[in-house]
Amino acid sequence: MTLSNEKTAKQPFKFYTRLHLSELTGLKAKDIVGLLRYIKKVPGSSIYHHTHRFLQIHQYLSPEPPNDFAYWVSEALGEDELGEKLASIDTVQFTTIRGLRDKIASTIEEYIKANPSSKSKFVNPNEEFYFIKTLSFIIPTPYVAHTLKEFADTLDKITIDSIYFHIFEARLRLERGTNDFSFWLGTSLGEEELAGKLSGLDPYTRTMNDLRGAIIKLVRSYL
Amino acid sequence: MANLDAYAKVVGESIIGDLKLLAEKLKGKIIQNVNSTAMGGGVAEILSRMIPLLKELGVDARWDVIEGSDAFFDVTKKFHNALHGRHADLAKEDFRIFDEVSRKNIERFDTYGDIMFIHDPQPIELIKKKAKNKWIWRCHIDASNPDMRVWKLLRSHIVKYDAAVFSAPSFSRQLPIKQYLITPSIDPLSDKNKDLTKEEVDVVFRKSGIPMDKPIITQVSRFDYIKDQIGVIEAYKQVKRYNDCRLVLVGGPAKDDPESGKVLDEVRTKADGDPDIHILLLPPDSHEEINALQRGSTIIVQKSLKEGFGLTVAEAMWKAKPVVASAVGGITLQIKHKYSGLLCHSVEGAAFEIKQLLNSPEYAKRLGENGREHVRSNFLLTRHLRNYMLLFLSLFHKDGVIYL
Repeated sequence: MTLSNEKTAKQPFKFYTRLHLSELTGLKAKDIVGLLRYIKKVPGSSIYHHTHRFLQIHQYLSPEPPNDFAYWVSEALGEDELGEKLASIDTVQFTTIRGLRDKIASTIEEYIKANPSSKSKFVNPNEEFYFIKTLSFIIPTPYVAHTLKEFADTLDKITIDSIYFHIFEARLRLERGTNDFSFWLGTSLGEEELAGKLSGLDPYTRTMNDLRGAIIKLVRSYL
Repeated sequence: MANLDAYAKVVGESIIGDLKLLAEKLKGKIIQNVNSTAMGGGVAEILSRMIPLLKELGVDARWDVIEGSDAFFDVTKKFHNALHGRHADLAKEDFRIFDEVSRKNIERFDTYGDIMFIHDPQPIELIKKKAKNKWIWRCHIDASNPDMRVWKLLRSHIVKYDAAVFSAPSFSRQLPIKQYLITPSIDPLSDKNKDLTKEEVDVVFRKSGIPMDKPIITQVSRFDYIKDQIGVIEAYKQVKRYNDCRLVLVGGPAKDDPESGKVLDEVRTKADGDPDIHILLLPPDSHEEINALQRGSTIIVQKSLKEGFGLTVAEAMWKAKPVVASAVGGITLQIKHKYSGLLCHSVEGAAFEIKQLLNSPEYAKRLGENGREHVRSNFLLTRHLRNYMLLFLSLFHKDGVIYL
């Protein structure tokens, strides 16, 4: 039921969820040179996998661990400085996987140039970096929102996977430029200011549960 | 047998809701699982839990078992060891027996499924019956360092499948077909993992003769050199110099391993009558006892030198126990160092980490809680079910992003 003083969206927001399977590529790196070589040639879905996997499997940890490349470079290769540089790449600034891949590759290239001895480090046989791809399945859920209140109420009910899809996957993997929530709030509900604030959140430095809470709090402040 | 409602209480309604959405998309498809035994072994255990849940979800999942002689199963046991990288005395006759029994199964076995889900090497040659239906080969074995004679034989069949599934990236090989990573899981409602009351835990410790008067460090694993119980005792002795504690080594003898008795003797010698070291030999069906021993422990150790997947780590994490485990095999998929547990590479490393946890109970508690949530999201049966349904659906799509 819609309250009389509530704006109704031109188009309702349909919530989707996203599930995934991990596909093995058979490619593995045992040193920094191998890692760089494959980062340049693996499919975009593999770069996406290794920069977003932590968000999906460690939904509760705080502070959020870094991406797979950063973790491996620090923990397995022992190159903490490079690990820190890779972990601090500001993923939210990139709207395409291609751009993100180039940044990761150039960060490693610059590091190797400045630290040539890093090329001679190898990991133990059990610690190689295995390249994996993400296969995404996008599924409509029964949830639909016509008003801001319905939208806020639904954010409480949907799964973390649904939040993940609309915030991360839609923006970067499907190259929609912004997250789905901001797009709908701005274009369909006329809540441009709220849309701007929501797209200004850095989702990569929060746990998924914290992110859900932050979005709900922000949206509710406009009710 | 637990039903979906019982799992919803553990993982949340929304996760079960996702499973129902996926099941809906599989309506009309028959999923025929095939393995070599209806009882005993990890594959039969997982299928016996999964098939009823898939049926409850409305998926037409079935399970058939191939036939084989004792000689055939002796050969496939050798194959299993050979895939693990252990020495296997394989003769030409072994390959002949495998081929002959496989041929008989091909003749008599009805491969009626829309999706044929073939588990492990024993029924692998059924692929010769491939028609228009989809075929998946599920490898439950660590094949990271296989005997190449066996791998070559298996590979000649695997390449004819539509997809293969491995439990860890390192278990897979270069193949011209799609390969997926689906990690094993634990059942939170099984005797081994269900919640127990404090009284139930206390009773098991009392019956086992283990006083709960000081911190308890426990490793659960069969007595086998690769589980390194000797190394665990050495680590315990290093810890004991600074922190008073007990060590519990729980396991059963590995029936198919002639070295098991020898390992147990060496472990007892190494323990050297220390009254704070408790060596427990339990029958294979002591699931609730193991559950209680894990729950009553302060720290769980898994100091294996080699490991397949090492689900005892997930079991301990599910009980919110801080874990110190070797960075080998599938353990590295379960523990992210300092986030959901601690990884070690040596006796000294294990001892240092055990001391850290004993001296920093808040840190230990946080690791334990992180571990439990990590298992809830990634290593429970419901995630395994979801992955299998996604796998089945993936067979009918080609793109990296699939709209269902």
